Amino acid sequence: MSILSNSEALRLHIPNPVARPGEIPSFSHLRFSDAGEIAKPSIDADESGLRHLPYGLIRILDDQNAAVGPWNPYLDSEALIAGLTAMMRTRAFDDRLFRAHRQGKTSFYMKCTGEEAIAVAQSMVLGADDMCFPTYRMLGWLMARGYPLDKLINQIFSNAADPLRGRQLPILYSARDYGFYSLSGNVGSRFGHAVGWAMASAYRRGKAIALGMIGEGTTAEGDFHEALTFAAVYRAPVILCVTNNQWAISSFSGIAGAETTTFAAKALAYGIPGLRVDGNDFLAVWAATAWAAERARHNCGPTLIELFTYRADGHSTSDDPTRYRPVEEASLWPLGDPVDRLTQHLYATGAWDAEKHDALSDAIEVEVRAAIKTGEAVGTLGVSKPPVSEMFEGVFKEPDWRVIEQRRELGI
Amino acid sequence: MPTMTMLQALNSALAEKLANDPDVLIFGQDVGYFGGVFRVTDGLQSRFGLERCFDAPISEGGIVAAAIGMAAYGLRPVPEIQFADYILPAFDQLVSEAARLRYRSAGEFWAPLTVRSPYGGGIFGGQTHSQSPEAIFAHITGLKTVIPSTPFDAKGLLISAIEDDDPVIFLEPKRLYNGPFDGRHDRPVPTWQGNPAAEVPEGLYRIPLGTAARVREGEAATVLAYGTMVHVARAAIEESGIDAELIDLRSIVPLDIDTIVASVKKTGRCVILHEASRFGGFGGELSALVQERCFYHLEAPIERVCGWDTPYPHAFEWDYFPGPDRLIKALRRVMRND
Ligand SMILES: Cc1ncc(C[n+]2csc(CCOP(=O)(O)OP(=O)(O)O)c2C)c(N)n1
Ligand SMILES: [Mg+2]
Repeated sequence: MSILSNSEALRLHIPNPVARPGEIPSFSHLRFSDAGEIAKPSIDADESGLRHLPYGLIRILDDQNAAVGPWNPYLDSEALIAGLTAMMRTRAFDDRLFRAHRQGKTSFYMKCTGEEAIAVAQSMVLGADDMCFPTYRMLGWLMARGYPLDKLINQIFSNAADPLRGRQLPILYSARDYGFYSLSGNVGSRFGHAVGWAMASAYRRGKAIALGMIGEGTTAEGDFHEALTFAAVYRAPVILCVTNNQWAISSFSGIAGAETTTFAAKALAYGIPGLRVDGNDFLAVWAATAWAAERARHNCGPTLIELFTYRADGHSTSDDPTRYRPVEEASLWPLGDPVDRLTQHLYATGAWDAEKHDALSDAIEVEVRAAIKTGEAVGTLGVSKPPVSEMFEGVFKEPDWRVIEQRRELGI
Repeated sequence: MPTMTMLQALNSALAEKLANDPDVLIFGQDVGYFGGVFRVTDGLQSRFGLERCFDAPISEGGIVAAAIGMAAYGLRPVPEIQFADYILPAFDQLVSEAARLRYRSAGEFWAPLTVRSPYGGGIFGGQTHSQSPEAIFAHITGLKTVIPSTPFDAKGLLISAIEDDDPVIFLEPKRLYNGPFDGRHDRPVPTWQGNPAAEVPEGLYRIPLGTAARVREGEAATVLAYGTMVHVARAAIEESGIDAELIDLRSIVPLDIDTIVASVKKTGRCVILHEASRFGGFGGELSALVQERCFYHLEAPIERVCGWDTPYPHAFEWDYFPGPDRLIKALRRVMRND
């Protein structure tokens, strides 16, 4: 028999998740390292010695809520409380604005529930001059930097005070002064911008580095692979991160290739370090980001980080996750909830207690509600909007005759 | 005869083809278990099996490339691109590959794929869930571009598109999925229920690509439209009191030039309506064709009513959207000019 002959008919493999609605969620296929288990290499370690990292999971908070192991960043309680505050503010804001959508005050909203530790820790680790090329689930970045809540709400309501002048879909913010690059509805396309921005910083002999973010589902786009190639070739001072929240709308991570490998392991083929990190562990996100930032700042090149987390809520206000995954999956997620875990850690350190926690929670509620009132006073979607002439501004730096004529036709 | 929404009519066309031809298969983002974010493929995976309707990675270039490979092998893939705004990462595959495979291989290979995609605005989707990219496909020789405006047409055209041996871009006006929206956003929106064009037969039937429909007969002027704008045009014509003829192009490539020319020669006036931006839009091509073929019959300059030359702006949806009022004004202008 020739070795070329097929002994059986070919089969097409279509990935399917472990559990669908009505079935029992199972996480037995997931492999986690223990907290403190993964050794921490020096920032200039040779890549060939780091190839095990994409298959482990960097964790610092253990089951007793203590911070353990070589990656522990030893943050003081001030930093921990600042992080917790920004995470809680993010969650409270998300919940309120989701409800505002349900009340017809805007057209669209997206939450980052369960993923708050990621953007908040990254925002605190990186400097004021560094630039984040975010996904739409990074409200925490702005919260950690004190972006005014009423400005966010004006953008979400597309009202007369909208900083983006009514032109952009709710939550697709742009906040240059806060190191937050302009968002767009098409996924993936800004991953390469992070690399180009970092290359420009190196070209100018600057000090700033860049952070590129992408969802695990979106790693399938060419943008992801193109950006990694450029980052590796030019050793760009950039941190490239995949937020693996297990779902891309209704598609589980297996549709993006997670049945056979990890997203961090994509780094191996490009010859750059890849870290896999517990994204619900504020300290682990902090430590991994700081390590990658140090590498970038010392001309050691780019790092790919997979942030392993869970999208605890629907994809957006247009989504109903009960149609495609078991409802219990979020509450059973084996890596817990990032806000709870940081709170418990702070309790364990003695710097925090339930009384302080409740007071903070109440204060944030008051703050968010007041900001919504301020936004509502300007107006909600359809009730208030910037002048219609704003529709024609900013197409080019100087308007050309088409825009001028069309404005005239509209009488504005 | 059953009444169907456009969603149900499209779903019915896909189900008929899955049942009738084992070489038809569907894939795209969220189309499998979930049934698509607009639910066009609802229930198809459970009815026809995992391999006939399945989820694809978030890679539009990959989706179209894989579909071309399957089509070259001999299948009839019907990939979905979740929003027409997201076709652009697949543009090279469509332009340099799908559109030219037959020509460059002297007929050795060809690519009978049908790329379905919801397009157009009116849903407060902002810049990247609202665009109408038909003109960029019309410009590419080797691609067909089809745009239905009713449930009946949607089913018959989709079946023809899938059976066509050339690549077809099938743009679905998402604002029409659940009802014939006429641009009067401040009034109650009708459903398809009771609409004659929503009477959709079970089973297979075909509407040939390249046949326009004369939706309304008239003597005073010709209005050319497709997709959502057909309903805007119908409302505008009724309100204007002008006896205009309304032609629904249904496919822009192939284009039913004979129906267009016959109508404009009869009426002597022509207004073109599309939602996409005006400059370089498909209206420019229509205008040139009408001018070339009907010049001595024209009583007034040809008018174009289109989206403005800006991106699709979120808060200004109804300032951007070329609604009935703008068409009525254009109709009055062409009528005055005699
Ligand atoms: C180019 C492009 N293709 C498709 C979409 C539609 N879409 C929006 S979000 C999304 C899922 C993204 O999943 P993932 O990257 O995992 O990010 P997550 O939503 O989980 O944060 C899809 C398919 C899009 N916005 N842009
Ligand atoms: Mg995801």
